[in-house]
Amino acid sequence: MGEPVLSVVFELIGGDFSLAGDASSRVKRILQQAGIPAPVVRRAAIAAYEAEMNVIIHADGGTMRLEIHPDETRLTVADQGPGIADVGQAMQEGYSTAPDYVREMGFGAGMGLPNMRKCADRFDIVSAVGEGTRIEMVFRHNGPA
Amino acid sequence: MQGFFHSVRLNEARCKGCVNCIKHCPTEAIRIRNGKAEITEERCIDCGECIRQCVNHAKTAVTDKMANLDRYRYNVALPAPSLYAQFPVKVQETEIETALISIGFDDVFEVAWAAELVSAAITEFLNSPIRQTHKKPLLSSACPAVVRLLQVRFPELLDNIVPLPPPVEVAAIQARRDAATKTGFKPEEIGVWFITPCPAKATTVRHPLGVKESALSGTISMARVYGEIRRAMRHLQHRHDNPKGLGRSGVGWAAPGGETEAAHIENVLVVHGIHAVAELLEQMAMNKLNDLDYIECLACEGGCLGGPLTVENRFVAEKNLKNRMRNMPEKIEQEKVELSPEVQPVEPRSMLAMDNDIAAAMRKIEAMDLVLMRLPGLDCGSCGSPSCKALAEDIVQGRANETDCVFRLRERVKTLAEEMVDLAQRLPPSLNRTTGNDLEDDDET
Repeated sequence: MGEPVLSVVFELIGGDFSLAGDASSRVKRILQQAGIPAPVVRRAAIAAYEAEMNVIIHADGGTMRLEIHPDETRLTVADQGPGIADVGQAMQEGYSTAPDYVREMGFGAGMGLPNMRKCADRFDIVSAVGEGTRIEMVFRHNGPA
Repeated sequence: MQGFFHSVRLNEARCKGCVNCIKHCPTEAIRIRNGKAEITEERCIDCGECIRQCVNHAKTAVTDKMANLDRYRYNVALPAPSLYAQFPVKVQETEIETALISIGFDDVFEVAWAAELVSAAITEFLNSPIRQTHKKPLLSSACPAVVRLLQVRFPELLDNIVPLPPPVEVAAIQARRDAATKTGFKPEEIGVWFITPCPAKATTVRHPLGVKESALSGTISMARVYGEIRRAMRHLQHRHDNPKGLGRSGVGWAAPGGETEAAHIENVLVVHGIHAVAELLEQMAMNKLNDLDYIECLACEGGCLGGPLTVENRFVAEKNLKNRMRNMPEKIEQEKVELSPEVQPVEPRSMLAMDNDIAAAMRKIEAMDLVLMRLPGLDCGSCGSPSCKALAEDIVQGRANETDCVFRLRERVKTLAEEMVDLAQRLPPSLNRTTGNDLEDDDET
């Protein structure tokens, strides 16, 4: 028997703002039940929320996978979206391609990806135009290294 | 946390074991066991929501008896500003104060006075450089039920609480000091009693929040005092003159928005009602409210005017309050007074983890998911847990059984009945006549 891993997958539906934040609240609840330290829960929940919103704003749909290991939590968010042409540019604070109607709802301020990177202890992003984006984040339970 | 004192209690004789309270508890602290509501002490935040929801009045708030005043040589009443809103404006504040004296108190000290001081301190804190190092937005420290909700459900937001004492504690310290000077009695000979609109404050006396220890001797239910004041008013003799009086900005704290208005904060959100508060804190924890300076959260709808121990309808009370405030000066305290007591950080009381060991907790979450899939998802509460999710958690924690669910029980009975019918049709060869006869024939040959 290897180390215990708890993994849960959430489906994300693009464009459906009525469900926005649902997956990340569930991620948060599970992390709390698992007894992950509160500051780590908070960082992971915020990153999960940002990632979830990105999928809802930009993609048709995707998945969020939560994996809890005894020493770290991993979040993998993959979408079948338009992809990001210039990841370096997208990582800059304030850069956004969100349409006006999304910004009017208070989202799309161009802080999503930079926020995720700030929250996570490890942040990897792979994106291909026309195919989609995949973000992998790691949150260490004993705090940032 | 065995023996944690709670003001909110159950009157067993009145409890019918219905599901009203378990469904409305913001921390899912209540279960029905043996036909009666059982409060999980560790989870209860004494918000009093169950008192409000119980149709049989089986939930009560324990506060001090008036007889407890006998333990002290001199007793000071500290009316919450909401007390004055219980009476129409034609009843003067001095009459209410005089009635308090005639029912057994020796003096009256206004919590509204302390609310003015705290308001000024909040303004000062918001404009100070220390504030920059503090997390945004700040949360009010005034409502103890909200602070306990933070401890239990949002420990990550405890650092956002404004590092200032709640007005009632400031008032209690000053009231005892003043009384000691006036009478020459020792501080411990002076009783300081808060006339409380809620059980949340009553619990704070034994389990202080944000201060090392409460300066109050106890709390007395506003509803009880109200009745006594009414009776006393019929034959008031002398007139008690309160040297301090009442100011608009302090009295306003009784209603939602009063605190932040008194502190002149503009970029603020005011939320009242414990479920609305929980929902908003959920948003705050996701960093969605970082643009705000301050959030005033109050556990009761209508703020303290809607407290479970108030008497008057909260909308009527609000009208009474506003009418009274019109005749008051904005402030009564013109001097700057040093605030005491000192504040302490509020410790988390998180009850969310399934186990202290992460690996064990993870196994329990998985088990819980499997159980939940077998439950009907109706959240009917018949099992005594507030929802199917809560029952799944109770089962995994060994506090309930799957057959506590009437639907699961019915399924089990059905399966068992079918098995019994099936078994009843099976006969041992010795009793089975149709085939048995053939065998007998065979035997004879």
